[in-house]
Amino acid sequence: MSKNIRYLVPLIIFIVVAAFLYRGLSLNPREVPSPFINKPAPDFTLQKLENMGEQFSNKDMLGKVWLLNVWASWCVACRQEHPLLVQMRRRGEIPIYGLNYKDAPSQARQWLKQHGDPYEISVVDFQGNVGIDYGVYGVPETFIIDKRGIIRHKVIGPISTNILNECVMPLVKVLEQEDPQVTPTEYQRVEGCA
Amino acid sequence: MVPEIGHFALILALCIAIVQAVVSIAGAQLGVKSWVAIAKPAAQAQLVFVVTAFGCLMYAFIQNDFSVTYVAMQSNSMLPTVYRISAIWGGHEGSMLLWVTFLAVWTGAVAMFSKNLPDDMVARVIGVMGLVSAGFYMFILFTSNPFDRLLPPAMDGRDLNPLLQDPGLVIHPPMLYMGYVGFSVAFSFAIAALLSGRLDAAWARWSRPWTTVAWMFLTMGIGLGSWWAYYELGWGGWWFWDPVENASFMPWLMGTALVHSLAVTEKRGSFKNWTVLLAIFAFSLSLLGTFLVRSGVLTSVHAFATDPERGVFILILLLITIGTSLALFAWRAPKVGMGGKFHLVSRETFLLANNVVLVVAAAAVLLGTLYPLLLDALGMGKISVGPPYFNAVFVPLMAPAVFLMAIGPITRWKQANVMDMVSRLKWAAAIAIIMAIVTPFAMGEWGLLRPLGFALSFWVASAVVITLVERVQKVKGPGNYFSKLVGLPNSFLGMCVAHFGVAVFVMGVTMVTSYEVEKDMRMEVGDTVTMGGYTFQFNGVSKVKGPNYNANRGHIKVTKGDDLVTNLYPEKREYLVQTMPMTEAAIDTGLFRDLYVSLGEPVSGGAWSVRVYYKPFVDWIWVGCFIMAFGGFLAISDRRYRLVSKKREEEELAQAGEGVQGATAHKVATSEK
Repeated sequence: MSKNIRYLVPLIIFIVVAAFLYRGLSLNPREVPSPFINKPAPDFTLQKLENMGEQFSNKDMLGKVWLLNVWASWCVACRQEHPLLVQMRRRGEIPIYGLNYKDAPSQARQWLKQHGDPYEISVVDFQGNVGIDYGVYGVPETFIIDKRGIIRHKVIGPISTNILNECVMPLVKVLEQEDPQVTPTEYQRVEGCA
Repeated sequence: MVPEIGHFALILALCIAIVQAVVSIAGAQLGVKSWVAIAKPAAQAQLVFVVTAFGCLMYAFIQNDFSVTYVAMQSNSMLPTVYRISAIWGGHEGSMLLWVTFLAVWTGAVAMFSKNLPDDMVARVIGVMGLVSAGFYMFILFTSNPFDRLLPPAMDGRDLNPLLQDPGLVIHPPMLYMGYVGFSVAFSFAIAALLSGRLDAAWARWSRPWTTVAWMFLTMGIGLGSWWAYYELGWGGWWFWDPVENASFMPWLMGTALVHSLAVTEKRGSFKNWTVLLAIFAFSLSLLGTFLVRSGVLTSVHAFATDPERGVFILILLLITIGTSLALFAWRAPKVGMGGKFHLVSRETFLLANNVVLVVAAAAVLLGTLYPLLLDALGMGKISVGPPYFNAVFVPLMAPAVFLMAIGPITRWKQANVMDMVSRLKWAAAIAIIMAIVTPFAMGEWGLLRPLGFALSFWVASAVVITLVERVQKVKGPGNYFSKLVGLPNSFLGMCVAHFGVAVFVMGVTMVTSYEVEKDMRMEVGDTVTMGGYTFQFNGVSKVKGPNYNANRGHIKVTKGDDLVTNLYPEKREYLVQTMPMTEAAIDTGLFRDLYVSLGEPVSGGAWSVRVYYKPFVDWIWVGCFIMAFGGFLAISDRRYRLVSKKREEEELAQAGEGVQGATAHKVATSEK
């Protein structure tokens, strides 16, 4: 009998895989509970991609609503959202800043030359340290940061037209109404981002 | 009215599928002749109804019936007719309908081409296929009905995703699905064999041509998909290890292992349990692929609409189908005999090694695909497994498989002589080593992996030639070399051709990854760039209007020396309905190189960013795939499948006369010695 147990191995393996698949169904790969939401964006000062002699800090953006988009030239999914970002920049509705994550600056620059540059400024996070501070799981990710420098939302994975129209832009409009001097008792949310 | 007819036809198809499954299997198990006789007509009736349903949906698409939700989601009145048809499988509901339609086509084919098989066996096979069909009909009818009405009707549709508006997408999914679904036949034969307890060489012979056909379609489907990604996505790559690509690649690896394992089971009676398991796995991975693509548990470039409810349904289907099969396997397999014995150096050993490598490779791809999901489910965070993992794991696994591929065919069954093999393959080894040195030298650049790639390619190709020459020399009688070559059995020629296809494929991959040249430039009108001996001159951008898009079309004149080679017109399109920008690369295809130009963004001063690639031998990748598929085609056209099945029938009759029933009758293949 014990010899015949081995014929059960494929079934047992399959059941384990199926259990994981079931668990996977109730998980949304795009939704990552982030401890960073509604917390101040971690500070960074990094070299600018286009001009390595200059630096850019997130503090330069206090008083403005902006997007921090984590990208890399090696990232396939970034190419998917890229045309949309380029379009957003052309419309000029919201400033997008790029965090070039674990990438060779020369390749990153070439990538922007080819696909168009949607960023006001891109900064170089060669070691990926700032990415760790921001709890970056995968590329691309996009943080929406308010006038007081608080992370209000993050989009995991490529931004689609849907996410843009139903979450990102409505939230940006809400954030632009906010007074940077007042600390809100409760952070406003947008339905499309839920 | 027409959509309702389609819906009704689909419901009838479900009812027939249930009858087909229950009555046929029960009849075969209980030995009721009249129940067994239901199997074939039921399969044919089911085919008629599902084709009717599919036709109704096609009609709705061609007629722009936007009162059907699915049509309104996928199509648009401005969409050209051919894309209206391919839009049927551009979304979830329609692709599932295509899936079941193909399943019915395969079932119908089994009913039609199995006149020489014992009736109870055919009934079991058709019954198992009916079970699978019934599951998928229920899935479609309960969770994803393509015939749902939209009230009030939409004025116009939301249009097909521009990425999918391409000739490649008209044929790629049908090919892929034919392959996916085709493995259901091998699966059903395996389950039927387990049910009847007759797991013998005859079973392997029956399954073989079906498996080969499915494998052939899958090979073409994957090749076409890769080609589509290459010219349509505008990134110049041909494989991205995306979850959806992996979902098609895993059944292919498993199916390739199955094709080889079936050969051993048929010829030598060995590896029976292993072969059955592979047949179950190949189809299970097809089902898993469907689940991964349709349930949204993984993020992918191919972002389809996802819905957890559907996910649960497919998962239940998966559990029932695969779980029951594996349980059946665990129950029946211990009683199966071991089959012919063989020595360490024998063709059996090489085929077993090939099997193990392919299965391990499929497992590695599965692990890489599911790993993000596993970690996530365990609460260990989200990660993405990228191409570096797959390349690091896959190349070292496949290199030995390709190496062994050359040796297997010249090795004798049961026991082979090592020295004899060395002396027969010495020329192949010599050619491989020489070409591994000469080719990088000729191309002008060295690297670590390049010589290995070239060596493997030439090793396999020359071993194929040696195998053919040896075989031709053995043919006695009159006739010249060529007529003797053509006179060889098609199944043998098919194997040689398929292996040669792998050599061509390896050549293409090695060449393009080693020697492609890529340049991104800012180009003003009149600017030129030279690459691989070709001069590309940018002659500006003009505006053009397509049927449902506006485009900026660049003009690039390519010259070599003083001769004009071609004019390339890459486009940047803006589709009107979905306002989605699309890059349409322009490619000049050649036997030894592709010239690939894609248009980037406008930059300051009327200049454009332009990306130019010089890709040596890139088309060999797809040509290799098609040669492999053609090998499969040759193999199934072998006359022995027709002759032998007749002989088999006589044997069955004789056996029935002796009163031998069911039971595991060990039969070593009699044919082909």
